[in-house]
Amino acid sequence: MNSILFALLGGALIGLSASAMLWLVGRVAGISGIFGGLLSAPNGDFAWRAAFVSGLISGGLILLMLAPHTLQAPAGRSLPALVVAGLLVGFGTRLGNGCTSGHGVCGLTRRSRRSLGATLTFMATGALTATGIRLLLGGVI
Amino acid sequence: MKSFLAIYASGVLFALGLGIAGMTDANTVLAFLDLAGGWDPSLAFVMIGAISVHALLHRRILGGTPLFSQEFSLPTRSDINARLIGGAALFGIGWGLGGYCPGPAIVSLVTFTHEALVFVGAMIVGMGLFQALSPEPEG
Repeated sequence: MNSILFALLGGALIGLSASAMLWLVGRVAGISGIFGGLLSAPNGDFAWRAAFVSGLISGGLILLMLAPHTLQAPAGRSLPALVVAGLLVGFGTRLGNGCTSGHGVCGLTRRSRRSLGATLTFMATGALTATGIRLLLGGVI
Repeated sequence: MKSFLAIYASGVLFALGLGIAGMTDANTVLAFLDLAGGWDPSLAFVMIGAISVHALLHRRILGGTPLFSQEFSLPTRSDINARLIGGAALFGIGWGLGGYCPGPAIVSLVTFTHEALVFVGAMIVGMGLFQALSPEPEG
């Protein structure tokens, strides 16, 4: 119950932040897009992205100081597995034009068919992967 | 200047939301995606909470103009194609493999764990790889 309440509260803050970004700069708060755009050739777009990512980091520092238990690395995942995971997430979010925040939160709110398709897909493959690792490898890779 | 401060504050809020929600705990994420090992459904409520709040506000916001921008820059495409599904599929596999998606991973950098550093480094490479293979700007 506790975790569900925190999930709802945390989700509400995320929704608030997404609303703020829409109101402030008229953009979708999709982290893969914001961060990915930082890495592409810098144009006039760079500053606001850097501001947002700096905010993410600062928020992280606040979490680190006040609630470090909320920041946990995955158990049962080797560094090579994390390299592959990172590559897939990096490439996949750019190819698919979004991630959990872009498609899952912002896209679904906008009733985007594309985002529905994307969200259902990454939820499915995410579950298949994590569950498969549990069933076939005992949860360790 | 004010605009950057406000955007920065949104980023802080986003990170705090992720932390409170449990998204920055990769084990909580994996417990949600892993349907076999003691399933923890609580993360479903993160999206429910986020969409609920955002949905309440976004229609009103779209009725006006952005505070610091001339116009809204929203995705316009509505077609579902192979790139979208393929990309989402790959992203999901990476998410289920690592327990991190982009936002939580970036936030987790502050811990300086090997896991967070390696994941984000690889994520940057993966994004760069996509960039190198398709130089046209993505909508």
